[in-house]
Amino acid sequence: MAFLQIRHIVKQFDEVFAVDDVSLDIEQGEIFALLGSSGCGKSTLLRMLAGFETPTSGQIVLGGQDIVGLAPYDRPINMMFQSYALFPHLNVWDNIAFGLRRDGMAKPDITQRVDEMLEMVQLKPYAKRKPHQLSGGQQQRVALARSLAKRPRLLLLDEPLGALDAKLRQRTQLELVHIIQRVGVTCVMVTHDQEEAMTMATRIGVMSEGKILQIGRPEEIYETPNCRFVADFIGTVNLFKGRVSVDEPDHVVIDSPECSHYVSHGITGTLGMEVDVAVRPEKMVLQTTEPTALERQADAEAGRNQVQGVITDIAYLGSLTTYHVRMASGLVLKVTQTNAARHTSVPLASGDAVWVWWGGSDIVVLTR
Amino acid sequence: MSAAALARWGSRTLIGVPMVFLLSFFLLPFLVVFKISVSEMDIVFFRDVLTWVDGLITIKINFGNYLSLAQDGLYLGTYLRSLGYAGMTALICLLIAYPFAYCIARSPADQRPALLMMVMLPFWTSFLLRIYAWKILLADSGVFNQMLLALGVIAEPIKMMNTPFSLILGMVYCYIPFMILPLYATLVKMDLSLLEAALDLGATPAQAFWRITVPLSKSGIIAGSMLVFIPCVGEFVIPELLGGPQTLMIGRVLWDEFFGNNDWPMAAAVAVVMVLLIVVPLAFFNKHQAESNAQARA
Repeated sequence: MAFLQIRHIVKQFDEVFAVDDVSLDIEQGEIFALLGSSGCGKSTLLRMLAGFETPTSGQIVLGGQDIVGLAPYDRPINMMFQSYALFPHLNVWDNIAFGLRRDGMAKPDITQRVDEMLEMVQLKPYAKRKPHQLSGGQQQRVALARSLAKRPRLLLLDEPLGALDAKLRQRTQLELVHIIQRVGVTCVMVTHDQEEAMTMATRIGVMSEGKILQIGRPEEIYETPNCRFVADFIGTVNLFKGRVSVDEPDHVVIDSPECSHYVSHGITGTLGMEVDVAVRPEKMVLQTTEPTALERQADAEAGRNQVQGVITDIAYLGSLTTYHVRMASGLVLKVTQTNAARHTSVPLASGDAVWVWWGGSDIVVLTR
Repeated sequence: MSAAALARWGSRTLIGVPMVFLLSFFLLPFLVVFKISVSEMDIVFFRDVLTWVDGLITIKINFGNYLSLAQDGLYLGTYLRSLGYAGMTALICLLIAYPFAYCIARSPADQRPALLMMVMLPFWTSFLLRIYAWKILLADSGVFNQMLLALGVIAEPIKMMNTPFSLILGMVYCYIPFMILPLYATLVKMDLSLLEAALDLGATPAQAFWRITVPLSKSGIIAGSMLVFIPCVGEFVIPELLGGPQTLMIGRVLWDEFFGNNDWPMAAAVAVVMVLLIVVPLAFFNKHQAESNAQARA
C-alpha cells in the first residue's frame, strides 16, 4: 500500500470543480511534482493535503490513516509557502523554532534541532537576523528549514523557487533536492515550471482543469506523452493531423496532408482512425540539399520520414537554434539544431529551401 | 536653478511651512505659558518675570507653583485620576475595538468601506449632542433605569450618571473610532498566509492569534492607544457633562485656576505639567515608530 493515497478527491467551489476526481499514489521518499498552468487545481490539491481546504468528497490516506478530518495543526505535514510566509517579527532562529515550541518540545532539544537545521541550510551566522534582513535565497532556505524542523512525514512545496530569479533558481533546484533526499522526507511539490518539475521530481503528474492527465517519470512524460495537451504543455512539439492507413503489429503508416508518416512501432488503434502525430523539434534534422534517389531509398529502408519546406524564421538561442520551416500545406514545423560548432559550414537564412527528416521511432502517435 | 536644487528647495518649503506654523502657534505660546507659570501672582494680575526699574534688570523666577503642584494632594490626586481614567478608557477602547477592527479587516473587500463608514457615522452629529444624549439614557429616571425597573431586574434606580462609570462610558463612546481606525489599518495589510503557516506548524487558531496577529498589529495598538489616551487626559467636556464630584479631572482644575481663582501662574503650571505628562508617552511612541521604520528599511 502506497504511503500517501489520494482517493477520488473532489473539490467544488460553487459550481466549479477545482479538483475533479483525482486519485494518486505516492510512495515513501518520492518527490512528486504536480505540474500545470495556473488555475488547473494543483494548488487546491496541495492545500487539501495541508488541511487548508476540505475536500468536497474523497479520501486522503497518509501512512494508513485518513487525514481529511484533521485540522492543519494536527497533521504530520509541513508546507513551504510560495511567499515563504516567514514571521516578520521573529528572527530566523525563532521562526525555525516556532513549530517545535508549539509541540511543547523540551528547550535543549529545541536548541539542538534548530541548530541542526541552521547547519543544514548553512545559515548559522544569520540566526539572529529578521527575515527582511535576508536575501531572497536565504529567506527560501529559512522557509525550508522551518518546514523541515518538525521532521514532517510529508513535505509540501508550493512553487518552491517561484520567487527567485532565473540564475539562482537553477542552482537552488539541485540544492533543494539534495537536502530533501538527505532528510529522506516524502515530498509533494506544485509548480507551473516544467523545467523545475523535470529537474527536481522523481515523478510528475500533469494537471489540467482539475484532472490529472498523465503520471510518470520526467522522461516518460516528455518522450511518451499520452495526449495532445501533455505533448504540447511539456516542451515544444510538432503536431500533424492524420489518419491511420496501414496498421501492422510492428509498424503503422499515418497519412497527413504534409506527408505519410512511417511509425516503427504498433499502436492501439484501428485502420482509418483520426490521430495526431507528435515529433519533438530536436528529433528532426535539417538538410539543405535535395536527397538523391539513393538517399531516399536508404531513408525508406531505415524507416525515416522526410518533408520539404522553406525556412521562415530563425531563433538563435545560443546553445540551440530553432528553425521555423513552413510546409507546402501551410503547417510550420519547429526544428532545433544543436550549435555544436562555433561556425556552421552552411549558414541558413530565411527563405532557404530545406529538407527535414526524422526517424520512424521518434514519433508519438496520439489518439484523439 | 537646476531641477535637483528646485526639488530640494520645494521639499524644504513643504516641510518648512508646517514647521513654522508649529513653531509660532505651539512652541512660542507654550514658552509664554511656561514663563507665566514661573512668575509671581500680584493682587489682580501676575508680575512679569523680567522687570526694569531704575536701570536695574530683575529676573524673578518663581517655582512655587510647581512646588505646590508636587506637594498639594489635590493636584497630584487629580493628575493620577486623569491618567487613570484615560488609561482605563484606552484599555476598554482597545478591548472593544480589536474584535471590531479584526472583523472589518477580514470581511470581504467590497464591504469594508461601508463598515468603516459606519464607524465614522457618529461624527456626523454634534459631539455635545451625543454626550448630552447619554445624560438622558443614564439618568436615575432615564431610559436604562426605566427599562430595568420595568423588567423587574432592579427594585430601585441604579445611580449611573455622574459616576466614574458614566464618565468612562462617555469617553469610550467618543474615542472608540480613533482606536478602530489604526487597528484596522494594520490588520487589513497583514499577510494571511502567515496565519496558515502558523497553523501548518502546529499552532491552534488561538495560538496563531496571540503569537502572530497580535504582535504584528502592535503598531496599530500603540497608535490607537495614544490617540485615545492623550486627549482623554486633558478631557474637559465629557467629565463636565457626565462626570461627578468623584471624577474631578485635570481639565476641570485648569478651568478653575484660570476662571475661578484667576491665578494664571498656577493654571499655567498645571497646563505645563499636563503637557509634559502627555509628551513623555508621545516621545516613547515616536521612538518606537522610528525604530520599527528603521527596521523596515534595513
